Amino acid sequence: MITEEVMPLNYTEPIEFGKAKRKQRRKILLKGLLFLAPSIILFSIFVFYPMIRTIYLSFFLTNQAGATTVYVGLQNYMDIFTSPIFLKSLKSTFLFVLYTLPGTIILSLFLAVIANEKLKGIDFFRMIFSSSMGVSVAAASVFWMFLFHPSIGFINRGLAALGIAKIGWLTDPHWALLSVSISTIWMNIGFTFLILLGGLQSIDSHLYESAAIDGAGYFYKLRRITLPMLSPTLFFVMTVSVINAFQTFGQIDMLTKGGPSNETNLIVYGIYREAFVNYQYGSASAEAIILFIIILIMTLVQFKVGERKVHYQ
Amino acid sequence: MKQVEMIDISKSYDKQTNVLNDINLSINKGEFFVLVGPSGCGKSTLLRMVAGLEEITSGLLTINGEPANHLPPKERKLSMVFQNYALYPHLTVEQNILFGLDVKKVNKEERKRRLKETAEMIGLTDLLKRKPKELSGGQRQRVALARSVVSRAPLCLMDEPLSNLDAKLRAQMRIEIRRLQRQLGLTMIYVTHDQVEAMTMGDRIMVLNEGKVQQVGKPITLYNEPANTFVASFIGSPKMNLGQAELLAEGKQLIVEDKLQFQLSAQDRIHLPPHQKTTIGIRAEHLYPAANHEATHHLEVAGVEHLGNETLIVFEGIGDQLWSAKWSGQWMVSPGDVVPVSISVENFCFFDAENGRLIKPAYKGQSQEVVAQ
Repeated sequence: MITEEVMPLNYTEPIEFGKAKRKQRRKILLKGLLFLAPSIILFSIFVFYPMIRTIYLSFFLTNQAGATTVYVGLQNYMDIFTSPIFLKSLKSTFLFVLYTLPGTIILSLFLAVIANEKLKGIDFFRMIFSSSMGVSVAAASVFWMFLFHPSIGFINRGLAALGIAKIGWLTDPHWALLSVSISTIWMNIGFTFLILLGGLQSIDSHLYESAAIDGAGYFYKLRRITLPMLSPTLFFVMTVSVINAFQTFGQIDMLTKGGPSNETNLIVYGIYREAFVNYQYGSASAEAIILFIIILIMTLVQFKVGERKVHYQ
Repeated sequence: MKQVEMIDISKSYDKQTNVLNDINLSINKGEFFVLVGPSGCGKSTLLRMVAGLEEITSGLLTINGEPANHLPPKERKLSMVFQNYALYPHLTVEQNILFGLDVKKVNKEERKRRLKETAEMIGLTDLLKRKPKELSGGQRQRVALARSVVSRAPLCLMDEPLSNLDAKLRAQMRIEIRRLQRQLGLTMIYVTHDQVEAMTMGDRIMVLNEGKVQQVGKPITLYNEPANTFVASFIGSPKMNLGQAELLAEGKQLIVEDKLQFQLSAQDRIHLPPHQKTTIGIRAEHLYPAANHEATHHLEVAGVEHLGNETLIVFEGIGDQLWSAKWSGQWMVSPGDVVPVSISVENFCFFDAENGRLIKPAYKGQSQEVVAQ
């Protein structure tokens, strides 16, 4: 005998596997839903319902209490796009993204790269660099308000010492958006730094050692190993930063209240004012929907463009 | 000529305990030198010190006769293959192989020529456009190898390059690496924890344990004349059988583990060391099967492994030691059987009972002459 034979089993009746399988599948689905239930309920109450309600409201005019009065169809949307205030806030928002995004990413990347060196006491610097994550927007805004203060502010006093005239950081229309952007960059650095540092630390150190044996210099390694290997993290940080920038509210409310002359009236702040200062819940809802669509499109575009440039392991 | 020399090299991470102690070693040009030892013995650290990836705490390292302690890795004219291959996952095989030449700004024609040559030599020509994740373990290993070869560095360091491969591929790559090393005349320092790799590949082997050199020598020397009980049990598969031995009856009788008695012949007594207590060692292939009347001892079988061409038998009841025997052919014994065996004192290696150092190797020669045709 060369191999042991396998005895074939002869079934005369076909077995009903299908029914049992379907039953099992139903059971698994039920169990899964049970585990998901807490988040489904929470999301429904705080996300899905408000969203549907917002879409509904955007087709109506409302009274001061927010109750619907007249159905106007798409009129709210048409009004928005002819409103100079909204168009201005749209422009300001895009400018704000343009100011904050590169600054945040480049500064955080720089800090993350230097904090990734193996040095004595580097943990202290890592803590410092990420500490702005632990400061609330309100507290940070108060702190920046003092820095930007026209007469007693640290920045203006520093300029005065250099013989440069005072700048109305938060009151001059030319400077206000930039000032808010600078404080926002400071606030965002902590989080971005931490994520990028995490990304850097997950890069295999053998790659650098291998490159060192080949004789690669610091910047060569940075360009050919660090940046490509970090691209998924960079991409993630960028997407999150764009979304965050579009949703900026706290620092505007604290620092400028949308002024001077609507220069820093970013979309979310604009929506807030439309709804809770002007009591125009209908058009505020329409603006919110438009913001949602813009963020959706931006994110989709980023994914489409990013996918080609990003290296995933 | 000496390619690499180490004089009293030590390494310490905390300035108190040394992970490597006074390593003295010289490696010749064109030699395949293997560093072997159990994990955590410091062999990789030593290799990384040669590469310049790890600081040398004290001692002198010379490469090509020049002091090299202070040189950065790139000035040491060497290449290195890492255990996990360290391939750049975002680059293609071709870019991976050429990375080092890119860094050194080798001109385009030369680059192309060397790439073609290397890819052909190592059998990667069809895979050049692929990314590392699209390769199998063996192919990745080849890319790492190619990266090392293409640099044309005269000294090549390998840090457990085969440990991520399956057994069959490992055997094949062993031969290939050895062939490549001979063909290119490379000086190789090869780190492994696998004593089979060490035995089959090395021109010379250094056995390390707990940061100390145990023995340096040719594979066969290490096998026949292990410098101490550690080398004896580390080199060779199965490991050498060890037992405590005592001389009795005015030196006419040797008793091992209070169990196995050997009457010593006049010839035995000439060769035996005079020590009262020793540790003896005997290789598994020297526990011979015997017919009942010529058996010197009867041992109880604890386990049997059938390999087809040979049978590995583990005996118990010799003190608390398990001894193994390797018998050629197929022997149908089963655990619990008491089997007659023939053991001869002439195959014993004697070690100091206290510190385990070799006193005397087996006096019966091991090598068999083969007449080359």
